[in-house]
Amino acid sequence: MVETTELKVKIGLEVHCQLTNLKSKLFCSCSSDYRQSPPNTHVCPVCMGTPGSLPVLNRKAVEDAILIALALNMQISNKTIFYRKNYFYPDMPKNFQISQYDRAGGIPIAKNGSKKLEVEKIVHISRLQIEEDPGKISYEGTIETSKSAFVDYNRAGIALVEIVTEPDINSPKEARIFLQKIRSIMEHLGVSSGELEGSMRCDANISIQGGTRVEVKNISSFKEVERALNFEITRQKNLLRTGHRIGQETRHWDEARRVTISLRVKEEEEDYRYFPEADLVPLSISEEEIERQKNSMPELPEGHMQRLMTQYDISRQNAMTLIDNKALAEFFEESAVNYSHPDLLGNWIVGDLLSYLYEMDIELKDAKLMPRDLVKMLELIDDGTISGKIGKELLKEMLISGKSPDEIINQKEMRRISDSEYLNQLTEEIFSSNPQAVKDAIKDPKAVRFLIGQLMKKTGGKADPQLANNLVNEKLKTSKT
Amino acid sequence: MSEDKKITKEQVKHLAWLARIKITDSEESKYAEEMGEILKYFRKLDEVDTEGVEPTHHVVDVVNVMREDEPEIKPAENILKIVPAKKDRFIKAPRIV
Ligand SMILES: [Zn+2]
Repeated sequence: MVETTELKVKIGLEVHCQLTNLKSKLFCSCSSDYRQSPPNTHVCPVCMGTPGSLPVLNRKAVEDAILIALALNMQISNKTIFYRKNYFYPDMPKNFQISQYDRAGGIPIAKNGSKKLEVEKIVHISRLQIEEDPGKISYEGTIETSKSAFVDYNRAGIALVEIVTEPDINSPKEARIFLQKIRSIMEHLGVSSGELEGSMRCDANISIQGGTRVEVKNISSFKEVERALNFEITRQKNLLRTGHRIGQETRHWDEARRVTISLRVKEEEEDYRYFPEADLVPLSISEEEIERQKNSMPELPEGHMQRLMTQYDISRQNAMTLIDNKALAEFFEESAVNYSHPDLLGNWIVGDLLSYLYEMDIELKDAKLMPRDLVKMLELIDDGTISGKIGKELLKEMLISGKSPDEIINQKEMRRISDSEYLNQLTEEIFSSNPQAVKDAIKDPKAVRFLIGQLMKKTGGKADPQLANNLVNEKLKTSKT
Repeated sequence: MSEDKKITKEQVKHLAWLARIKITDSEESKYAEEMGEILKYFRKLDEVDTEGVEPTHHVVDVVNVMREDEPEIKPAENILKIVPAKKDRFIKAPRIV
């Protein structure tokens, strides 16, 4: 029996980010715009590995990788080499993947970086590699029953960077925060857009004190990471608690069933028989080149956060949440230029808007919301046309329908009711149907709230609260005598 | 490394599996023998003193051959013609796993 609650968890991540700002593949000029294309339309002798074809490195991929290395405080190698990773699997038509390696004489493009998570927490990054994405395999029916694998090579050869961390991460939550920061850096650099399906994926190494290192592959989006890690940690702790041992193995995250399953992988690291890719000459990176990239470095998340705080006077917490999602921060800034209370705007975006997006499980770009409509909605609250509470409903409606706030409040009759004659009539009705409550309210001023609440309820929350308050208190005075 | 270090039949079997080829029992012994000979020959390289010598990654002394990031529309049909098995536009392969 092992007490498992206090056992230390160590997680290392291998993060794969497609360089989505590239127009062509890593080693050939096939278009990288594969997401909407019919299968096997962006293929050529190079990415299909036909005999005699030769890869040529995309210059922009190297520039991107240098920017990433600089943003992650890495040491950039002055000379870097491409290696072949050999394996027979239909996702790579060449039967090898061109990648980089840090052993057997290999030199990745950059090493030894770090990313600060919180004040005290640093995740060390051991290396950055440039490599090609494999193709995509689909099956008829399920994996188990399909007779064949059906392969689309449009993705084969798309440029990726792989970021490998040290096992410095101690919880699934930290892993999620780390990945959010990586995504934000990529988006600020303009090299990879996390909004595109499948553009950021990762594998994780997990070990629990007293256990062995287990690798979990196929975590297909950053959203899945926390879930996959939580499952795997619970599984390992249960094994330890019941006196089993954890064997070193590779597991696969099954997103549909939300479990990790064991892969019978017979290939070990040395079986990939890494060796230098003879078809590509070494890459030498000069100080001048690094300097050039340094000078073209755009605003990074840290700087962006500081600027949001000083330029718009919003809280550090809000600024931090905004920069984690660059599109959200941009949406904030586009709205803020037309609105007089950026701090309030920040609260709405970080609070209600973000939680609606999360609830609806969509990205901001998929929501039908325009900055000017959000500003309009806030102005309707400011001038008393609607209440703050109605504003929340309105925002949700705007996200779903894409309609303007005016259109929705007219359609749904959300406008605030300030017609005192009508409200008075409702108050009379409430008083006569709640005699006990009226008596209570006369004795105890705190009990008045119940009656006001009834009036708000009758109007669907649309009664002008100040007016409702006055009318009920007036009526109460006359009831006393 | 000792001169008489042999390649075992197990190693040959594993290599054949990695290369996804089938070999017979007698081939296993034959290849074990032959590969042992080849490795023995290569071991001669161990005799060279490489102290302080930079590793050679490439035989030609050229660096930084790159292309600009410009996509080119190329007809994929010629490639698809040489594919042995297809279904619609997908390429059919044996199911692995
Ligand atoms: Zn190609």
